[in-house]
Amino acid sequence: MTAPLLQVRGLGKRFGGFTALDALDLDIAAGARIGVIGPNGAGKSTFVNLLAGTLPPDCGSILFGDTRVEKLPPHRRVRLGLARSFQLPQLFASMSVIENILVPLAYAAPSREASPFVRSRAEAQAMNLLEQIGLARLRHQPVGALTQVEMRKLELARAMAARPKLLLCDESMAGLSDSEVDDVLDLLFAINAEGVAVMMIEHIIKAVSRFSERVIVLVAGRKILEDAPANAFRHPEVERAYLGE
Amino acid sequence: MELSYDILSNALVTGCLLGGVYAALTLGLTVSFGLLDIVNIAHPAFVVAGAYIAYGLNASFGLDPILAGLIASPAIFVCGIAIYQLYHAGLERRGGSSIRGLAFFFSLLMLIEVGLLLTFGVDFRSVQTSYIDAVPSFGNVTLPLRLLVPFLVSIAMVGATQALLYGTTFGRAVRAVAQDQIALRLMALDPVRIKALAFGLSAILATLAGSLLIIVQPVEPSIVWLYIGIPFAICVLGGAGSVLGTFLAALIIGLSESFCTSLWGPSWSPALTFGILLLVIAFRPNGLFAR
Amino acid sequence: MKLSMPVFAAFVIGLCATLLLVLHAIDNDYLYFGGYLLFQYVALAVAWNILGGYAGYINFGSAAFMATGSYTTVVLVKLFALPLPFLILAGGATAGLLGLFTAAMTLRFKGIFFAIATLALAVVLQTIVVNWDFVGGSRGVYLVRPPAPAFLDSFAQYLFALILGVTALAVILARFIERSTFGMGLAAIRENELAAETCGVPTLRLKIAATVVSGALMGMAGAPLPYYLTYMEPNSAFALTHTVNSVAMPLIGGTSSWTGPVIGALLLGLAQQTATVTISSGLNLLVVGGLLMLFVLAAPEGLIGLLHLAKRRGAT
Repeated sequence: MTAPLLQVRGLGKRFGGFTALDALDLDIAAGARIGVIGPNGAGKSTFVNLLAGTLPPDCGSILFGDTRVEKLPPHRRVRLGLARSFQLPQLFASMSVIENILVPLAYAAPSREASPFVRSRAEAQAMNLLEQIGLARLRHQPVGALTQVEMRKLELARAMAARPKLLLCDESMAGLSDSEVDDVLDLLFAINAEGVAVMMIEHIIKAVSRFSERVIVLVAGRKILEDAPANAFRHPEVERAYLGE
Repeated sequence: MELSYDILSNALVTGCLLGGVYAALTLGLTVSFGLLDIVNIAHPAFVVAGAYIAYGLNASFGLDPILAGLIASPAIFVCGIAIYQLYHAGLERRGGSSIRGLAFFFSLLMLIEVGLLLTFGVDFRSVQTSYIDAVPSFGNVTLPLRLLVPFLVSIAMVGATQALLYGTTFGRAVRAVAQDQIALRLMALDPVRIKALAFGLSAILATLAGSLLIIVQPVEPSIVWLYIGIPFAICVLGGAGSVLGTFLAALIIGLSESFCTSLWGPSWSPALTFGILLLVIAFRPNGLFAR
Repeated sequence: MKLSMPVFAAFVIGLCATLLLVLHAIDNDYLYFGGYLLFQYVALAVAWNILGGYAGYINFGSAAFMATGSYTTVVLVKLFALPLPFLILAGGATAGLLGLFTAAMTLRFKGIFFAIATLALAVVLQTIVVNWDFVGGSRGVYLVRPPAPAFLDSFAQYLFALILGVTALAVILARFIERSTFGMGLAAIRENELAAETCGVPTLRLKIAATVVSGALMGMAGAPLPYYLTYMEPNSAFALTHTVNSVAMPLIGGTSSWTGPVIGALLLGLAQQTATVTISSGLNLLVVGGLLMLFVLAAPEGLIGLLHLAKRRGAT
């Protein structure tokens, strides 16, 4: 039995007197599809930020592959294959669509170590990615001209340019229409089909239950449940946590 | 170096008095930088402008500088609001980068300094009051009134600001505005309007501190550059946004300067203060009192 | 314009050589003296922009970096007899180290703290120099100009050629950075530092590198100054105009490329030289401050940006 891709042990974070995350344990296997749900303030975003490295943990360890990463800055984790996308797309506003993809291709993609960054080759790779997400014709547009769902997809494509082994998706579908949600979901399935493990933090129950093999439920900083979607959504605690808001 | 009890006790007293004045100097920045998150580099220019207003009213009408500062407050308040509106319209609303915000206040600093230079010239100016030369002493410790009076006014300013921020609805709104704009809108308050009023308040605090400054020492326009570091150092050291933190940090800075002057002479004290600033930024950017 | 770097470098060097030949033909030392100051500011503006415009981190302590270069010259000259080109390199090295020190201490935190720290830096350094007798303290030191190399007309021409060389280096280096992966990383940091980290950009390392390069170039621009003035004292070394101009010239000219600081420095520099002769220097500062505020509020992309707008309007 191969070791899991990601092993989280006892991960915790406090803000002043408030415990955002309380000694969380989690394993994610390579190529897995995990959903994370929980009410607002449950610690989901904190969890993503701790995994990605934008927040330092107070305690606990994160083992990614063979490497302990909890003390590494985000850019080192990305180079190891741990990528994340943001809830509100954090794109490079003054750059064009394709230029946004060139940045992670230059800095995060593992192939960068093997050979120096050659712009023409990188542009070809970027075009591939853009074709995959259907934005190829917009490649020279400034990002300000994109629609919401186009920006979300570009955000995901940028994370993909890093050739990750694990992708953390922080509420990529918030505020999208039903068909747009399906659009993004198809993209995530395609990403997963390439062997990338995906951890999806979402409020949209339909999407989580369609996508996930396993669902983690966070309430008040604690993992109260980890089960298949069908069981998870029927659990009384989950119902209470969701209907209670 | 002879460190007699007299020298040390005088350094202690002077340090406290100076620290109090520094607290007044910093209060405006505590509001604009600490609470509103506006990097108002032009703050020392407001202070020096306030000193010159006090000088002008003192020279022309014989007004006590502190009284002059209070009388000028309404006009200053309006100016502060206007400056904020300009800043907001030109920069905040368009989501400009922080570099342009800094450049805006940097150019404001230059414009105010040059304005003062062209109006008043390079000579040092001071005020005439009945108490400015009085130096009563208690035993071997001297209490120059030109330090004591501003110190007392400064305490009053700190108290008043603390009361305003924690005891009034406006104060609560100001404290919330940088953190939680949604909460503000739920209180049916316009964040922009709150910020404008708060910035006007910070302008008043700065210019009032200026009228204290000119009692302590003579002023000339280029001292704006000397007084950039001290308020920022105190603000950062005290934990941006905390009035009490500002007061304590100011005492620390005042005492360090005073002891430094007693031990090594006055020419090293700018380096000491700014050196402290650099160290604080490098090691405790959330202030000495952060949890 | 898609000139390759070697062609561009050759072009710049050719331009400088032409300028030198033209001035040699005119044979007026005053032009060399005036030109020195002008190109000193071009170099300073281009150098400042590497950190300020490309990475978005504003440096209010340019005077400190320039003065480090100037006083490195003073210290070395008091100990050894060294040729000016070497002094320029030494000035660059010490200023670069200063950049490394400042950056490492403050760049972990928000850009605001870096800006404030650079403000403080100039004051700390000036206080140290004022109290340092070896370099003359507040009284300053006099320097005797060595003879100019045999193939040159005068010492003034020598100084001008050197500062022109520093400027050419700054421009070539700036353009090289702009078009490199390094420059792309700096732009990402400027646009969205959090996202840049998430895209694998080692933000701290790049910011420190940019500060070192920017600071070193500023030190190189300051190194010949003691010989230019034949006298070095803290107020001239740490002159306010160095800080003010290094911020205003790129912001007025345009910060996204090396062309902005060059245009800003040439225009503003010429205006200031005329103004200092005709009107007071206080009024000069008023004009710079007013222009800076005007551009920050109304033309954030600077003169270059306005030019692009005009081109696009003309095309439609």
